[in-house]
Amino acid sequence: MATIKMTVNGRERSGEAEGRTLLVDFLRQELNLTGTHVGCDTSQCGACVVHVNGEAVKACTMFAAEAEGAEVVTVEGMANPDGSLSVIQQAFQDHHGLQCGFCTPGMIMSAAALLKDNPKPTEAEVRHYLEGNICRCTGYHNIVKAIMAASGQDVSAVAAE
Amino acid sequence: MYAFDIERPTTIADAVAALGAEDAQALGGGQTLIPTLKQRLAMPSKLVSLTAIPELKGVCVADDGALCIGGGTTHATVAAQAAAHYPALAALAGGIGDPAVRNRGTIGGSLANNDPAACYPAAALASGATIVTNARQMAADDYFQGLFTTALDEGEIITEVRFPVPDRAAYMKFQQPASRFALTGVFVAKYADGVRVAVTGASEGGVFRWTEAEAALSADFSADAVAGLSVSSNGMMGDVHGTPDYRAHLVKVMTKRAVAAA
Ligand SMILES: Cc1cc2nc3c(=O)[nH]c(=O)nc-3n(C[C@H](O)[C@H](O)[C@H](O)COP(=O)(O)OP(=O)(O)OC[C@H]3O[C@@H](n4cnc5c(N)ncnc54)[C@H](O)[C@@H]3O)c2cc1C
Ligand code: FES
Ligand code: FES
Repeated sequence: MATIKMTVNGRERSGEAEGRTLLVDFLRQELNLTGTHVGCDTSQCGACVVHVNGEAVKACTMFAAEAEGAEVVTVEGMANPDGSLSVIQQAFQDHHGLQCGFCTPGMIMSAAALLKDNPKPTEAEVRHYLEGNICRCTGYHNIVKAIMAASGQDVSAVAAE
Repeated sequence: MYAFDIERPTTIADAVAALGAEDAQALGGGQTLIPTLKQRLAMPSKLVSLTAIPELKGVCVADDGALCIGGGTTHATVAAQAAAHYPALAALAGGIGDPAVRNRGTIGGSLANNDPAACYPAAALASGATIVTNARQMAADDYFQGLFTTALDEGEIITEVRFPVPDRAAYMKFQQPASRFALTGVFVAKYADGVRVAVTGASEGGVFRWTEAEAALSADFSADAVAGLSVSSNGMMGDVHGTPDYRAHLVKVMTKRAVAAA
């Protein structure tokens, strides 16, 4: 066991981790940040996506020890400072971008990473970027629509409700 | 996962020393190794993370014009930084997996793993790249030795990969939609002294050069030049995603597409 320190959602946090402790387990079990989900064992579903030093990564495919000293942002850090939903989160609600919600934390974090690099993506770019985020419920159309809307684009012509 | 220690050295020398321990293993981006550990298919005593070593990261151009990529450079960095100099290689890196995989996975990890369906082995073999380690340099032709097998010794680290930049090149991957690996992928590279064609995802022996196509394309660099050639399904992989015949067929189709795109 070692003590690991990192900045999570702007706050200094520390906790205990073994060599094999995954970042996602550290966040969920040690820091009680259970917004980040685990949907698979094979690094394929993207439910666990968080940002480490500004980049989207799968928290299930990185060890906590490798995030020592890093800036980590999870879905819990996405709301506005006053607690209201961020533009991306609000767009998911407005456009029915979630059903069961299991994939949503990863979708929000991937969407935020995409819009940081590409503030006005095309529909094709959004779909391509989400290749590593799997949703079993929505059929993706409304997720894509929500992300397009969050980027400030007119979505009246995008896919179907 | 079985229990292990993890170390994060900051120099190549320290990493090599740490890898001298019994059952120690290098950890690159972890995008292959961590899923493997989760399945308990590996049991290292110690992982030596290469992600905190600045000298393993980055893309640069050597005096002879070759593109040099640090062994710990992520796919995302190659996609962004190789684009001006070797666009086909940058496009290949940008097509690996998904954005989160590309932000962690490294070229050294991909080449060390030598998955028979991985993308980078095709680029390295078709470019006649040089694999540089902490101990020596190897030509790609000598480096790849079959399924998940390479010339790397125990504890040897890929520190750099040098790609001679071709006049024209393209990589065409027929994507297996669930895993996003290549069901069959072909990298074609045209140099002043001839064309090289490397195929991934097809053979039971891992990445290989399609020498008949190389000869035909060196004489006439057009998709039609390979039209008359045929690929044997002997030794091709067969699984739920595709039969050996199907993969043999894809080799030719993907080669034509790569030539057309180059
Ligand atoms: C969902 C998903 C989709 C993917 N899709 C593709 C795809 O389309 N195409 C593709 O090619 N790959 C794909 N990959 C694999 C990905 O490219 C991996 O990043 C890569 O195969 C391994 O690189 P790594 O840095 O993550 O290595 P790791 O997983 O850390 O290590 C892999 C092996 O290499 C060794 N190693 C690591 N770095 C070095 C080094 N510098 N020197 C010597 N040995 C080293 C390790 O000890 C280990 O044995 C995918 C992975 C996932 C999870
Ligand atoms: S939990 Fe599925 S990719 Fe991380
Ligand atoms: S909303 Fe249920 S998995 Fe996406």
